[in-house]
Amino acid sequence: MNFFAPFRIALRALAANTLRSILTMLGIIIGVAAVITMIAVGSGATQRVQEQMKGLGSNIMLVIPGGITAGGVRLGAQTGQGLTEEDALAIAREVPEVQVAAPSSRTGAQVVAGNTNWSTSIFGSTNDYLEAREWPLSDGRSFDAADVQGSAKVAIIGQTVARELFGDADPLDQVIRVKKIPVTVIGVLSKKGQNSMGQDQDDVVIVPISTYRNRIQGGAGSKLKRIGSISVKVREGQSMKVAEDNIKELLRQRFKVQPGAEDPFAIRNLTEILQAQEASSRIMTLLLAAVAGISLIIGGIGIMNIMLVSVTERTREIGLRMAVGARGRDILAQFLIEAVTLSLIGGAIGVLLGAVATWGVGQFAGWQVSMSLGSIFLAAGFSAFVGVFFGFYPARRASKLLPIQALRYE
Amino acid sequence: MSTATPTLDAAPARAAPGQPLIEARDLVKTYTMGDMTVHALRGVSLEIAGGDFVAIMGASGSGKSTLMNILGCLDLPTSGEYRLAGEEVEGLAQDALASIRNRRIGFVFQQFNLLPRTSALENVELPMVYAGVKAAQRHAKALAALQRVGLGERGDHTPSELSGGQQQRVAIARALVNNPQLILADEPTGALDSKTSEDIMRLLTELNAQGMTVVIVTHETDIAAWARRKIVFRDGLIVEDVRQPGRLEKSGKLESDPNLSAQGAAR
Repeated sequence: MNFFAPFRIALRALAANTLRSILTMLGIIIGVAAVITMIAVGSGATQRVQEQMKGLGSNIMLVIPGGITAGGVRLGAQTGQGLTEEDALAIAREVPEVQVAAPSSRTGAQVVAGNTNWSTSIFGSTNDYLEAREWPLSDGRSFDAADVQGSAKVAIIGQTVARELFGDADPLDQVIRVKKIPVTVIGVLSKKGQNSMGQDQDDVVIVPISTYRNRIQGGAGSKLKRIGSISVKVREGQSMKVAEDNIKELLRQRFKVQPGAEDPFAIRNLTEILQAQEASSRIMTLLLAAVAGISLIIGGIGIMNIMLVSVTERTREIGLRMAVGARGRDILAQFLIEAVTLSLIGGAIGVLLGAVATWGVGQFAGWQVSMSLGSIFLAAGFSAFVGVFFGFYPARRASKLLPIQALRYE
Repeated sequence: MSTATPTLDAAPARAAPGQPLIEARDLVKTYTMGDMTVHALRGVSLEIAGGDFVAIMGASGSGKSTLMNILGCLDLPTSGEYRLAGEEVEGLAQDALASIRNRRIGFVFQQFNLLPRTSALENVELPMVYAGVKAAQRHAKALAALQRVGLGERGDHTPSELSGGQQQRVAIARALVNNPQLILADEPTGALDSKTSEDIMRLLTELNAQGMTVVIVTHETDIAAWARRKIVFRDGLIVEDVRQPGRLEKSGKLESDPNLSAQGAAR
């Protein structure tokens, strides 16, 4: 008997009850389609996080002001005495592992160009910020020394702002008004897309830190050169841990923190944040996998049910086969193969359906999806396993029939 | 006439000449149904020589079917001894019994018991599938068996495309394809009209003339008349065991049938 002959026999037996076979497969079809889709969506999300990590660079840290404790009440981050531009300069100068340390501050504001306006984020920073974020310009130029020294009324804008304010027109050398201050657009950033929180990173206007400090922010903070955060890029090949420790040491000295006291600042490693997000998306994937697993189990029970019916219906056939010399294990194999064929066909249809669903999710929901060969093999393996597992009991029951009782069965 | 054993060719492990094919001693079979015990066989001893043609008769419930099942290794006796071609059968496991059925016995049933939606050829191949015969050889032997029962051209027909008589011929081809020593036919004509019954009995007689031991179970006297030995059962015991001239021998048709003598010569 060649390898495919038993499957051909099984197919013929299943074809005898086409509708019943298809209904039985439905559970497996839905389960496998769910597994395929869920893995595709899950690994798409993971891939996106990984791309972001790559885009962000795995050597980026963010230094932010820490919380303070006032009268036993712990206030949140950024309530402390604050970081200043000097701190950023000191980090760049004194920590050898650091390639750049860019100070930045941020506020939300309405920007106006001609008769259009757009609400966006205003960043005050330096060219180092663009370098730390590995964010090249698509057009125009970056800030020069004079811009940063002299609070020049210039700005670099993101793709979203350019589109919203100027449409298809060239934004270079156009004047936009930021908090009533007219600034000239000197550069346009390349497209960066959404960040891991789903925020549009291209919805941004960047001005020199001095311009931000003196013309946009105003108030007491400007005299102290307070800033929101410092983006630090560590040199290639240098340890993030060492760099972080050195920055911490330096800042503790600058803030004159007593030994044992809490840091008045915090250092966030962006890779860690993204890894945490990846972990949470993995948990989501696991939950979906549990749902898919349950539907596969239900599909398996359906197969078991129908195989039991089939064994009962075909008792005489089993008796005849035994009379002409089939051993128990021949009967066992026959019904197992039938169950496996049923679940494998269901699995194959499920893979197709899952591929269509994956395509649909990618197309219409706009999620990043990634279907792998591995998930197809996983689904095929799982459905074969379901067939064997749930087909075993009915098949064993068939193989344990006594030939004489099976032959006389009415 | 009684023990004239024809020369038996080509079959493996035939019983030695003079040794009976079937030796049964004190077979007892009891069934328990609820708190009632049914004695289907009450101590039956029986010998059947190789090459014989035996009809087992009796009313329903007389024990003839139970004996048939035991002789066919489908069932085991409660007590007693049974040897088939010198091989002890009682105490064997199901797999060993399956092997004996496969090698030594061909079954013919009243309801034909062909696999539906399966061609005649594949139905005939079935015993060889379980004997582990290779596909090409299986195919050739199944075709030869179908030709032997006069259905060489119908190999690709499914049972639903065949008449009752043709289906029973396919079943007979299936019974003899593994070249067994014994053909057990349980009411082989019970579902057929009298004309077709005669064809089937003629075929069985031919096979017997070619050396096959044939045992049929029937309750019809004119079917039993084809056999050369008649055993009558009542209440689990043999009440009559007589030799008789088989119907074809009696009428002299055996020699004059051109089909038969051709096959006899081929042997």
